[in-house]
Amino acid sequence: MCLGIPGKVVKTFREHDVLMGKVDFSGVTKQVCLEHVPEVKIGEYVLVHVGFALSHIDEKEAELVFDFLKTMNQLDELEAPSPRDGSS
Amino acid sequence: MKYLDEYRDPEAAEKLAAAIARTVTRPWTIMEVCGGQTHTIVKYGIDEVLPEAIDLVHGPGCPVCVTALEMIDRAHAIASRPGVIFCSFGDMLRVPGSRGDLLQLKSQGADVRIVYSPLDAVTLAAANPERQVVFFAIGFETTAPPNAMAVWLAKRRGLKNFSVLVSHVLVPPSITAILQSPGNRVQGFLGPGHVCTVMGYEEYIPIAEHYGVPIVITGFEPVDMLQGVLWTVRQLEAGTATVENQYSRAVRPEGNLQSRKLIEDVFEICDRKWRGVGIIPKSGFKLRYEYRDHDAERLFEVEDIETQESGECISGQVLRGLKKPHHCAAFGKSCTPQTPLGATMVSSEGACAAYYAYGRHLAGRSPRADTPAQLVQIGGGK
Repeated sequence: MCLGIPGKVVKTFREHDVLMGKVDFSGVTKQVCLEHVPEVKIGEYVLVHVGFALSHIDEKEAELVFDFLKTMNQLDELEAPSPRDGSS
Repeated sequence: MKYLDEYRDPEAAEKLAAAIARTVTRPWTIMEVCGGQTHTIVKYGIDEVLPEAIDLVHGPGCPVCVTALEMIDRAHAIASRPGVIFCSFGDMLRVPGSRGDLLQLKSQGADVRIVYSPLDAVTLAAANPERQVVFFAIGFETTAPPNAMAVWLAKRRGLKNFSVLVSHVLVPPSITAILQSPGNRVQGFLGPGHVCTVMGYEEYIPIAEHYGVPIVITGFEPVDMLQGVLWTVRQLEAGTATVENQYSRAVRPEGNLQSRKLIEDVFEICDRKWRGVGIIPKSGFKLRYEYRDHDAERLFEVEDIETQESGECISGQVLRGLKKPHHCAAFGKSCTPQTPLGATMVSSEGACAAYYAYGRHLAGRSPRADTPAQLVQIGGGK
C-alpha cells in the first residue's frame, strides 16, 4: 500500500487548476498529480504513490548510500593487515 | 531502473551484511514498521543473511491488514446498495469480512471497481453524475495526500456524487502502542520511509528519546534495508537512541509541507480501531466537518454490523510483532492466499502473504531452518 515508485517526469500540464504530469516508469507512462512537488523539472525524478508524487528525489542525497559504502571500504583496507605484517 | 537497480546491488548488500555481522555482539530485536519493507525482507531473504543474533519482527504497517472488520462490513453494505459504484485499491477486494469479501459481492452483480488512484475515482464520479461513487479511503500517512486531494478536488468541482469511506491510520501511535504493550520485545525500529516523505521524522524524535529506542527512517530496497539495520545495530550496541534518516533521497526532516497542509485542511485526528489490535487513541484520520457532504459514513447509514472473526487466525499477534506467520497452525494449510482467514494473508504487504509467496511454509523453509538464501538473490527482484 505504501508503495512508492521512482519515475521520471516527461511532461507537465494543469488540469482543473492542479499541476499534473506524465511520468515514465521504465517505459510505462502514467498520469500523475505533481501538485505537491511544484519545483520538479522535466527529466527529474519523483517518488509516486497511487498516482500522486509525494517527493522529489534528491540526486545528491541518493549518492550518500554509496559514499557510505566507499568509506566502509576504505576503513576495511586500513584495518586489513598488510602482507608485511604477516612476514615480520 | 534508476533509483531502484543500484539499491539492489548484491555486492553492496554483501558488504553491509558483513558490516552488520562485525558490529553485533548480542541479540537484538528490530521491527520494520512497513509492510512494504516486510515484503522486501522476505523476497530477498534479508533476514536469512543477517547474523542469528538479529531478529527482524514484522510490524503493523499494512493498512489493508489493520482496517477494522466493522469497516470492511460497512464497505460491503455500501457497495451492495443500488446505484453505487464502489471503488477500492485492489488489495482490499479479497479481505474477508463477516459476510464475505468485496470480490464475491462483485461476482453477485454489485458495481465494485479497482482503481489505481483515488483521483481516478473522482474522474469516474464526474463521468457518472447519476451514480454515487464511493471510494474506500484506507491507508497510512503515505496515502493521506492523494486521498485528501481527491476529496478536496471533488468539493471544488462540485461533485456531490463523490464520497469516501475513510479508515486512515497513523504510524506513531501504533509504534507507541507496541512499545507500551506488556509483551513488547522490540528494541529498535526501521522507520517507515514513505510515511516520512509526507510527515517528516520530527514526531519520531520524542518516541526514540522517551522509550530509549533507535529509529532509523529506512527505504524499501535491499541495500536501503541492510543499511537501516546496520545503523540501528550500531546504535543498539552503542546504547544510543536517536532518529537517523537512511532514506534521505526522498525524506526531508519536515516531510512535504504542502501535503501536510492539505491533510490538515481535509482530515482531523480521531481514535481508530485496528484489526487484531483494538482501539488505539488518536491513531487515525477522519474527514473534517467542512467535508461532511463527501463522507460516505454519514451519507450511507449502515446499522446492525455484527462482526465475526476467524477463531484460528493469529494475525493480531503477527501485526504486533509477537508472533511470526509460521507460528500459526492454519498458515499454509487452511489459510492460503486463495482461502485467507485473515487480512495478513491477503495483501501483498501482509507478513503471512509474503511468507507464503516466498515459500516459507514449505518443509524445511521455516526461517533459520535452512541454508541462508544466497546474496546473489538480491538483485534478482522484479
